[in-house]
Amino acid sequence: MDTLPLHTISVLVANKPGVLVRIALVFARRGYNINSLVVSPTINPKFSRMTITAKGDLETLEQIIKNVNKLIDVIHCEEHPANTVEKELALLKTKASPAVKAFVAKNARKFHVRIDDASEGCYIIEQTGTTLELDEFEALIKKYGVLEMIRTGKILITRGQEKT
Amino acid sequence: MNKEAAKTPSKKAINGAEALIKCLEGFGVEYIWGLSGGAAIPIFDALVGSKIKLILTRHEQGATHMADGYARVTGKPGVVLVTSGPGATNTVTGILTAMMDSVPMIVLTGQTITSMLGKDAFQEADISGITMPVVKHSYLVKNTNDIPRIVKEAWHICQTGRPGPVLIDLPKDITSAPFSGDSLDPEMDIPGYKKDTPSPHKADIVKMAKFFKGKKKPLLLVGHGAVLSNAGAAIKKLAEKLGAPVTNTLLGKGEFPETHPLSLGMLGMHGTAYANKALINCDLILSIGSRWDDRINGNNNEFCVNAKKLHIDVDFSEINKIVKPDAWVVGQAREVVEELVKLVDPLDTADWLKELEYYKKEFPLKYSKTNGLTAQQVIDTCYKVTQGRAIVSTDVGQHQMWAAQFYLSDKGNYWLSSGGAGTMGYGFPAAVGAQFAAPKDLVVAIVGDGGFQMTLYELSTVFIHKLPVKVLIIDNKYLGMVRQWQELFFDNRLSGVDLEGNPDFVKLAEAYGVKGFHMDKPENCESVMRDAMNYKGPCVIHAEVIKEDNVFPMIPAGKSAFHMIVEKPTTKMEKPSGST
Repeated sequence: MDTLPLHTISVLVANKPGVLVRIALVFARRGYNINSLVVSPTINPKFSRMTITAKGDLETLEQIIKNVNKLIDVIHCEEHPANTVEKELALLKTKASPAVKAFVAKNARKFHVRIDDASEGCYIIEQTGTTLELDEFEALIKKYGVLEMIRTGKILITRGQEKT
Repeated sequence: MNKEAAKTPSKKAINGAEALIKCLEGFGVEYIWGLSGGAAIPIFDALVGSKIKLILTRHEQGATHMADGYARVTGKPGVVLVTSGPGATNTVTGILTAMMDSVPMIVLTGQTITSMLGKDAFQEADISGITMPVVKHSYLVKNTNDIPRIVKEAWHICQTGRPGPVLIDLPKDITSAPFSGDSLDPEMDIPGYKKDTPSPHKADIVKMAKFFKGKKKPLLLVGHGAVLSNAGAAIKKLAEKLGAPVTNTLLGKGEFPETHPLSLGMLGMHGTAYANKALINCDLILSIGSRWDDRINGNNNEFCVNAKKLHIDVDFSEINKIVKPDAWVVGQAREVVEELVKLVDPLDTADWLKELEYYKKEFPLKYSKTNGLTAQQVIDTCYKVTQGRAIVSTDVGQHQMWAAQFYLSDKGNYWLSSGGAGTMGYGFPAAVGAQFAAPKDLVVAIVGDGGFQMTLYELSTVFIHKLPVKVLIIDNKYLGMVRQWQELFFDNRLSGVDLEGNPDFVKLAEAYGVKGFHMDKPENCESVMRDAMNYKGPCVIHAEVIKEDNVFPMIPAGKSAFHMIVEKPTTKMEKPSGST
């Protein structure tokens, strides 16, 4: 499973109940595991945007995109491999210590990290960046002991005039 | 509702259910098949005095198959109305059947009141959730005033593009509440449904046409998409212009006349030997509305390896799904073929047709009349007695394959069979729906003893409505197709296939007020068949056939046409790798 490529799929959908289930069924039936899924409003309240990352082979991906596009409530569904700005946000909880504080300060610029909260002996570190940057930082901070972590999943938007 | 209200709906208060029925009347709906229940009472109430005829079935599955049969014959959506909970879940098999075979259908389900949704109310079932993978689209109505828009959308969606079933779940408080909307004919709101009638790209057709140049062994494959778009006349032109032989899938049967000299009949797992030989040897194959289903494809790595593969389909998601075509066009089969005919030149296929003639002579469909009554003889006799003019509906199994082989069809919408889903119990109620659709036509349901017993209760419906459906039961006292597999691939270890102890089907028919006929000898087959087909009312023909017969030719599941066998092999066969 790990050797299969990770795909990012952007879906514009009618803002109606049940749409998420219909889309999830298309993935599940074909054995595609969803890594992350973000549902968010768009500038038009009639529509929502879903950004999905999932692992699997290209042939199945083609079937999934075509079948998601077939759903009546889906306006369009595309894979976005390039020419996009991608972001993800992570919150990590660590024990509060001078070492962590120093490490975050040192990497503040490189990894877009900062300490958001310090209470009851814990820090909450916030990071915004690409999925890759989040993975990298997570690997580095681990040696200081991470108590909990949560990530939003990737969102993306196309550059320039092209619509997402 | 009085007549005055029907004329001026805006002046008299109507409720949601009445708005629903008025919309359906507006679309010209003739029949609704269904079974009542608590949550659907307001809708059944709105049908009192409506010009839509309500056909009360004995089970909800029967209602769905009747609507399906009606839809396949007329091309118009079949409408089903049932109650919540078990009433709704009983439609699931019929919905799957319609979905797999692209049949336009609307299923209206009653539902518990909205304030009780999700609270395990009496007869509550999350039917829109349960059916989500097997519908083209579905709705759970939350606002009475949305009813006309939703019904209009459903009506449009179910029959455009690639047709399919649409379910509308109607909570009782929503259908009971007053309707205060502006119009019974509002604007639709389906911005995501842009694929209703994809118009084919000219450039794609031009590209496809180029592949025919210089080909010596072309083959046209006609699927259900050709039937759904009435492509028959265009396909005939194309075949005759090219000099190309034509084969058909189970559901494509009849759209190109099987009595035409260029027809090879059905191909695939139990197709004719000559159609399968054509498949192996062709240098070009054009699928016209067929999805290269596993019953014809078998093994993709060995499928038409030396042929250019061309694909016409209304559904873009079928392109590249099984076969990677060399050229494809997305569009309605008829529209595409009409354009394609203009762009191709006649081919020199004389040798090819001669080769296929040889196969036709060498490997004809045949059966014996000396060792007792066979299913093939019964069906062949039925074909001859009815002169091939009946609307034929089949169930699923051996008799279905024999019917496909021996009852040649010249009209696409005169052949009804559950192809994709393979739903046993389909044949008889679908024939009932067909008889409603075509009251003057002869309708024959060819069923097995196993499948018939799954939905035979609709004999009541036939009796009450005096529908002259002829039910031809091919009774071998087995679930024959599975028995055949167990014989060929599982050392004849029979398990779960023995139907000894079947009822007396003639007496059973009579108990329902339906005439019963019986045959069990090759000699009396024709005379009994003639009496039955000439009988004015509904009847059941009980054909007791030899028990252990097998359908040949046969391609084991998961194998290509190279592995076709035309008779029972003397050596042991390995277990098939393909699905079912």
